[in-house]
Amino acid sequence: MEDKVILLDFYPSMFGMRPRVALAVKGIDYEHREEDKENKCQLLLESNPIYKEIPVLIHNGKPVCGSFVIVEYIDEVWKDKSPTLLPCDPYQRAQARFLADYIDKKVMETGNLIWCEEREEKEAGKKGFVEFMKQMESELGDKPFFGDNGFGFLDVALITYTPWFKTFEICGDFSIQQDYPKLSSWVKKCLEIESVSKSLADPDNVYNFYLTIKEKRGI
Amino acid sequence: MSEVKLFGAWFSPYVKRVEMSLNLKGVEYEYIEEDLKNKSPLFLQYNPITKLVPALVHNGKPIFESSVILEYIDETWEGPSIFPKDPFDRAMSRFWAKFVEDKCSDLLWKACWSAGEEREKAAKEAEEGLTILENEIKDKKFFGGENIGLVDLVANYIALWNPILQDVVGFHVLTQDKFPNISKWADEFCNDSFVEKYMPEKEKVRLWLKRAVETGSLY
Repeated sequence: MEDKVILLDFYPSMFGMRPRVALAVKGIDYEHREEDKENKCQLLLESNPIYKEIPVLIHNGKPVCGSFVIVEYIDEVWKDKSPTLLPCDPYQRAQARFLADYIDKKVMETGNLIWCEEREEKEAGKKGFVEFMKQMESELGDKPFFGDNGFGFLDVALITYTPWFKTFEICGDFSIQQDYPKLSSWVKKCLEIESVSKSLADPDNVYNFYLTIKEKRGI
Repeated sequence: MSEVKLFGAWFSPYVKRVEMSLNLKGVEYEYIEEDLKNKSPLFLQYNPITKLVPALVHNGKPIFESSVILEYIDETWEGPSIFPKDPFDRAMSRFWAKFVEDKCSDLLWKACWSAGEEREKAAKEAEEGLTILENEIKDKKFFGGENIGLVDLVANYIALWNPILQDVVGFHVLTQDKFPNISKWADEFCNDSFVEKYMPEKEKVRLWLKRAVETGSLY
């Protein structure tokens, strides 16, 4: 039986970008459906009744929710398609899972502060973000990718935040991309992989989306 | 020969679920009780990032975060499975484990420790999460089916710690009247002959929580 894969998604979402990247690097055919956040479709409400949020991967009618859960699912189901995203060694897998979760916690926590209007909170956000980037720079070291065998799970986790860096920079009035040579080189290498670069949102598009949200919330 | 150390704190539900998993697999390990007010240099050397228990050290390599540790244990050692084998069922387990933590346990904890509007908000959100969980456990002995699985282990806080804390603070969100299925599951879980060997004594937990409420400090 041929696989039927649908991805319910929202273009600027860093979480939606993760399954997009995973499906694309493995060359898996799927139907992409863009969701309207203001007007969620019946399929989304039925397939993720608890959170009612994207991304949702629907594989032969069965829904899988949560960006990291989806990426691991893709890696397990299509294990014969390279690249293998999670490391083979259980210890390396544990490190990748831990760091991926850490990335989400840190970026959301500091990013939310950077978006605040109050100066003190914004500064705290910037400081936290800079610390986080230093940790990632150190974690990457001299490797071309975070994955030991090339582009992998941790690369997927972090690269999907990079389209949002421009927005963070403008909101925080600071530069992210200049100060981390290893990370800058890593971003370039990721973008050289066509399936990765075509799956990421355009940073200008992301910034325009952020402005729309700001206007709607009257900020 | 494999060397396994577990750094923990006797009162922590996160540590207890790791202990249960190790014992489920018949793994021999050295348990090290950490004084969380005064963390040992050895512990901090292994765990400089989060500095939290549990931390599992296997042949000198540290792993943190209970959910990551549980997956590592399941992948490394033979014995009864903690995670299902089928990729879709695994994805469902991971989803429900995160739901239990984020939308039930964390909110129940917050409701007990806060006051006023914040308490009411946490209680309302916890009830919403519990309503969904109530339906999920409806026709099952355990979340894992006939046998205890990942979601049961992650929900251990709801089974033992939450009822005690609710009594200590005099604020009850999860009651048998409102959530009979979860209450029945909690009884089954706590009275299971395997589980009860690795749960802390209820009176000891009650005294610890009572002191924590009086002093405002968990340790």
